[in-house]
Amino acid sequence: MDVLLLSRIQFALTAGFHYIYVPLTIGLSVLIFLMELRRHQTKRVVYDQMSRFWTKLLAINFVIGVATGITMEFQFGTNWANYSRFVGDIFGAPLAAEGIFAFFLESAFIALMIFGKERISSFMRVFSSLMVAIGTNLSAFWILAANSWQQTPAGYQLVDGRAQLTDFAAALFNYSTMPRFLHAVVGAYILSGVFLAAVSAYYVLKNKNLAIAKPSLRWGLIFGVVFSVLQIFVGHWHAKEVAVYQPAKLAAFELQWETQTHAPLLLFALPDKEAQSNRIEIAVPGMLSYLAFGSTEASVTGLRDIPEDEWAPLAASSWSFHLMVGFGCITAVVLLIGLIQQWRGKIELSRRVLKACIVIVPLVYLANELGWMAAEVGRQPWIVQNLLRTTDAVSAVSFAHVAIVLTLFCVYYLILFILFLYFMMKSIRNFNLAEASANSGGKGKSRRGK
Amino acid sequence: MDLNLIWFLLVGILIVGYSVLDGFDLGVGSLYFFLGKTADEKKVLTHSIDPFWHSNEVWLLTGGGALFAAFPLVYASAFSAFYLPLFLVLFALIARAVAIEYKVKAGERSGLQKALEIAFSLGSFLPALLYGVAMGNVARGIPLDGAQNYTGTFFQLLNPYALVFGLLGLSAFLLQGSAYLGFKTEGDLQKRAQRTALKIWLVFLILYLGATLFSYLSTPQLFANYLQYPILLLIPALSWLLTLLTGHLLRYKPGSKGFLASSAALGLMILTLAVGMFPNLLPATNPNGSLNIYNAASSPLTLKIMLIVVCIGLPFVLLYTVYLYYVFHGKAKADAGGY
Repeated sequence: MDVLLLSRIQFALTAGFHYIYVPLTIGLSVLIFLMELRRHQTKRVVYDQMSRFWTKLLAINFVIGVATGITMEFQFGTNWANYSRFVGDIFGAPLAAEGIFAFFLESAFIALMIFGKERISSFMRVFSSLMVAIGTNLSAFWILAANSWQQTPAGYQLVDGRAQLTDFAAALFNYSTMPRFLHAVVGAYILSGVFLAAVSAYYVLKNKNLAIAKPSLRWGLIFGVVFSVLQIFVGHWHAKEVAVYQPAKLAAFELQWETQTHAPLLLFALPDKEAQSNRIEIAVPGMLSYLAFGSTEASVTGLRDIPEDEWAPLAASSWSFHLMVGFGCITAVVLLIGLIQQWRGKIELSRRVLKACIVIVPLVYLANELGWMAAEVGRQPWIVQNLLRTTDAVSAVSFAHVAIVLTLFCVYYLILFILFLYFMMKSIRNFNLAEASANSGGKGKSRRGK
Repeated sequence: MDLNLIWFLLVGILIVGYSVLDGFDLGVGSLYFFLGKTADEKKVLTHSIDPFWHSNEVWLLTGGGALFAAFPLVYASAFSAFYLPLFLVLFALIARAVAIEYKVKAGERSGLQKALEIAFSLGSFLPALLYGVAMGNVARGIPLDGAQNYTGTFFQLLNPYALVFGLLGLSAFLLQGSAYLGFKTEGDLQKRAQRTALKIWLVFLILYLGATLFSYLSTPQLFANYLQYPILLLIPALSWLLTLLTGHLLRYKPGSKGFLASSAALGLMILTLAVGMFPNLLPATNPNGSLNIYNAASSPLTLKIMLIVVCIGLPFVLLYTVYLYYVFHGKAKADAGGY
């Protein structure tokens, strides 16, 4: 046990925990904007009720996402000081831009959404929700651009052992920025569609709050299916980019030992690092060459042609990647069946499909988490691909301090998670549309624009 | 003006913006149990900061990002040096953020609600105290080795000088909070807040004098710039004038003017310290090891690009911040909607 290992555990824990809350914020804010837009256009009360209800759940989720996000920004300095020194000229800029362009935007306008509904005009309500949606998605862009630079650095030169910016646009829009950004955001939209569908399915099963549950279920299924289909293409694009710019990562994902043409696509395998082969392997011949480079004749680099000290942890990268794909596929299938039943007008009777919509909630959350895990573990041993090793990036801080803080994080985040689940479940379970509508109707001096 | 100097000022503006704005909501949180005698009064206190605390805190995030972007070596050395205290602040801010929202949802007068109220108040109090301690250590200088890593211990950070700064910072934030409540609330609560503000102002005045005197005795280097360019003394003079004016307004002219004066006094107090430290950002006890706005800065290209980013972004930030405060102007009520 050393400072390095503890810092890595801490980063994995805090990033993983933070990302429980981020995807829903990204997607649900877009959905609420669409509800607000429909409310403003049609003046129908159902959209007002939908927007109010989902905004409440967004708020419960949003606050933990924001609070745990502060940790993310500060621990580059606390735990990864040498990394910060190395990349500061490049990596700090997107973080600062995220603050100026995105965080201020979402924080000011979400306050208007939550507290200001009775104080602002109907148009400003729509506008505020749009600004929050833009803010959360813009925030995703900046942080993913920063992360992408770690994966596929560009627009820099090395000066005195530090990376120095030479071309801002090249650094910002490096090879993996756009595929990574779209892949992550689309993943967040799918998760949000599932969330909408699952909570609504719960109400339909309980025969409660049907006035908003039925349309919300439809919205969630459509949103989820549309972006699941889109993800097939975006995910494929992202994987092709990895094949070209991070061949070692692809080799670890797919457990390719030999450099070969007609490389097989792995469905299941157990790697054996000693024997440099896979113990059990189920694979589709030639498929990896075809998917990655568009031809079965294309050659895919194998691990044996990569120095062993540049291999990522094989099982962790490979399994996180494949489980992500698997969970994503299950989610898509359930959503699709749900949507078909919706079209046939039978969704409210298909209790098993409704239950399945609830069951896939943990899967879609795991898929989003595993995606990050694959991306970050697959990049090892580099903290900046081919430029700086994770082992050289850590701070010169005391072991005891890091151990204390990590222990506190474990306890603390567990409590936060329990509180989050408790209040989320409580808000969903206790919500009563008739009561809520009576309350919101009586409050506030002016109800302009209604 | 060179880019490094501009960035020194911009980071300063972000610190001032954060202190003035989050200062008042951290102050309100710290005084939560002291001023909120009834359940309704506690609701008023919460509602007085509900729409604002979040965007106020973004000044901290943006300040951290700006420091990383413009002076990465300071960001790396300072954040790893203040390892434990910084995480204490983070834990406090997380607890506070979650508690302020969730305590409304917990059952009235339940044990959980009580616990969340304590988390909210303690989570406001700790940062209010620790920011000043950190500021005191930065002003005094910390031991750094050749690789710019901190060589001291945690307990060395709790030296008397830094603790005086901690109390000064705490009193400044409490003053911000109570002066804010002095015009944002009504009735008994308002009167209590106004009386409290006046008392805290007196404590603040004494601590401000004490910290100045302490600095004169133990960190004379902070006065070098002033002795070299006496014209700069206008800044501390103005700071003192506004501090006295704050007291006058709090005593004789209750209303938002006292809060504005106290905000200006706090901003100028930070500026006074910044001028004293210039061009250092993180002075080292070994003077050659100090990190300043030149040896710790990003490349001119990064500084230029980030300046463009700020010039585009900041006007919008100010615009909708003003709009936010405009929409939620007027007295805080116990029965306002929300979460």
